[in-house]
Amino acid sequence: MPAEPLLEVSGLTVSFRTEDGLVEAVRGISFAIAPGEIMGLVGESGSGKSQTLLALMGLITSPNAVLSGSVRFRGQELVGLGRRALDRIRGRDMAMIFQDPMTALTPVHTVGAQIVEQIRAHERISPRAARARAVELISAVGIPAPADVAGRYPHQLSGGMRQRAVIAMALSCNPALLIADEPTTALDVTVQAQILELIGRLRDEFGSAVILVTHDLGVVAEIADTVRVMYAGKVVEEGSKRDLFTAPQHPYAWGLFASIPPLEGARPARLSAIPGTPPRLSALPAGCAFRPRCAHAHAACAAMPALTGEGGHRAACVLSPARRAELLAAGEARS
Amino acid sequence: MTDTTPPLPEKARAAEGPWATAWRRLKRDRAALAALAVLLVILAACLAAPLYATYVSGTNPFATNLNGTITVDGKSRDVLEASTEGLGLGLTPIGPTWQLGPYMLGADNQGRDVAARLLYGGRNSLFIAGAAAVLCLVVATFVGVVAGFFGGLVDTVLSRILDVLWAFPIFLLAISLSIVLISQPLLIGPFEIRSGSLALPIVIIGVVYIPYVARPIRNHVITLMKSEFVTAAVGLGASPWRILWVDILPNVVTRIIVFVPLMLALNMIIESALSFLSIGVQPPDASWGTIIQDGQGLLYSRPAVALAPGIAIAVTVLALNIFGDGVRDALDPKSTVRIG
Repeated sequence: MPAEPLLEVSGLTVSFRTEDGLVEAVRGISFAIAPGEIMGLVGESGSGKSQTLLALMGLITSPNAVLSGSVRFRGQELVGLGRRALDRIRGRDMAMIFQDPMTALTPVHTVGAQIVEQIRAHERISPRAARARAVELISAVGIPAPADVAGRYPHQLSGGMRQRAVIAMALSCNPALLIADEPTTALDVTVQAQILELIGRLRDEFGSAVILVTHDLGVVAEIADTVRVMYAGKVVEEGSKRDLFTAPQHPYAWGLFASIPPLEGARPARLSAIPGTPPRLSALPAGCAFRPRCAHAHAACAAMPALTGEGGHRAACVLSPARRAELLAAGEARS
Repeated sequence: MTDTTPPLPEKARAAEGPWATAWRRLKRDRAALAALAVLLVILAACLAAPLYATYVSGTNPFATNLNGTITVDGKSRDVLEASTEGLGLGLTPIGPTWQLGPYMLGADNQGRDVAARLLYGGRNSLFIAGAAAVLCLVVATFVGVVAGFFGGLVDTVLSRILDVLWAFPIFLLAISLSIVLISQPLLIGPFEIRSGSLALPIVIIGVVYIPYVARPIRNHVITLMKSEFVTAAVGLGASPWRILWVDILPNVVTRIIVFVPLMLALNMIIESALSFLSIGVQPPDASWGTIIQDGQGLLYSRPAVALAPGIAIAVTVLALNIFGDGVRDALDPKSTVRIG
């Protein structure tokens, strides 16, 4: 891994003032991303993935949100940066793709006009040149008849086309960091594959780093380099894709893998699921948040374990590596 | 077969934006189109009032004509005839002749041509309703968008001001202002509002209805500000002004347009009521409300004097409401905008 990270997050905490007191959605997460790295961020709904992304982009505007920790992009601190300074970075150096392509485009302007708007917000360029660039971008994301599509309104495009238009918009300034919040969740499988391929190509051609949030492990397996698993606002396991998929260390990750139906062999009568539901963020158990649902919980779990491990593959679990290997061999993480 | 990118079908609809869609929907709405035609006829007729007075009726609708005579069916008749009812005391104005020419709809107490006054009165009624609607919509849009866009303290202050406006009873306000202004004209910057000026009903109607329009617009802007496309725009580095102009205002405009016909209809009714109470249009000028007032004493003998402007108001308001519903269905099918 190159020494200089593109994005360095340390101790990022996002909490919200609510009637139940301060509720922490993201509880002090730290990670770094190198240029050109594709990081998959997985976890259940409500595990703090989306809030993490929004915090990275400075998009948490709720007056009840409290942000702490540090987000350094190319060495520049983003937390607490003013709107103007942020606007110069957002869209040009880092861009975000939103989950729902149905709502991420303004309904009253054509797709082309919105991309032109985005380009001209960051570059001094004539409308004509911007228009040509927009058509080029639409074509680059694999939409046929790009000039025609540029003149259409969002409601005239299919979900897949819209998502690609959103991606074209995010790519318009060749951002060094692309943040994608479940970019394929709303799409069908064939379009999903095309979008993933597109994101992979972006990395190859422009050297962009990508943070890909998803709850689909298949998507992660397809394109991610590194994976981080989030649970209840914390990273519970991190490592390379190979490490995670061949030898997951955290019982929560085991649960995740076990809940994928097997491709070969006998079909299980019931798909295994992690028992229980994710804890309410306002009433987190002390220590490891996964403890109430964990089959291997014991007294030591009452204190939150730190991320430990070797060679960049780290997990936050009190089980000893030997015990984990034992359990893994015994068929955990398999349904 | 080397071309792997087939042209998209439905090329004809490719460029159709929200406006074209709305127009297409409106064109299919026959009731709305009929209402629009009625409105245009009424507007044209009122604008042509001087032509009617000069070439058709040949009467001066603003001068009393107590001793005049006209020729109807070859017979000469007084405009104010001796009363034939009851004890036969006093004078009764001539009834409708139902012929194109002088006194088609009869005369009022002063011997003035009701038909000509109806057309001139329509001008005042429409003008006051229109000006009040413009005033109201401009201020309400500004207040609503600013409150919704900036939120926080700005929103709180503006919303409380709207609450205060909301609390004003429109007729009491109008009556008390019109009395107070007799002694002391109201000065608003370079504008001076006198007791009998047209500006009085315009300002009163326009200002009192601001909350009814500003609130839904504020709510809409707040919804838009929380929408994902605005978050997406912020995430792509769009400045606040850019978001206001590109993402917020174009989305609000349709809602504002939906308000226009509905506001006009409401204003017509309020204006008539105010005129009936002698606020706003002063004699010898006419508006539909003042003509109804002229006709109330003649309700038994010459009902046409009060009925004609009453029917004019009813038809105009009905047409405005039907057209307004059509516009709303065309532009903003999901909204349930209602005023009043």
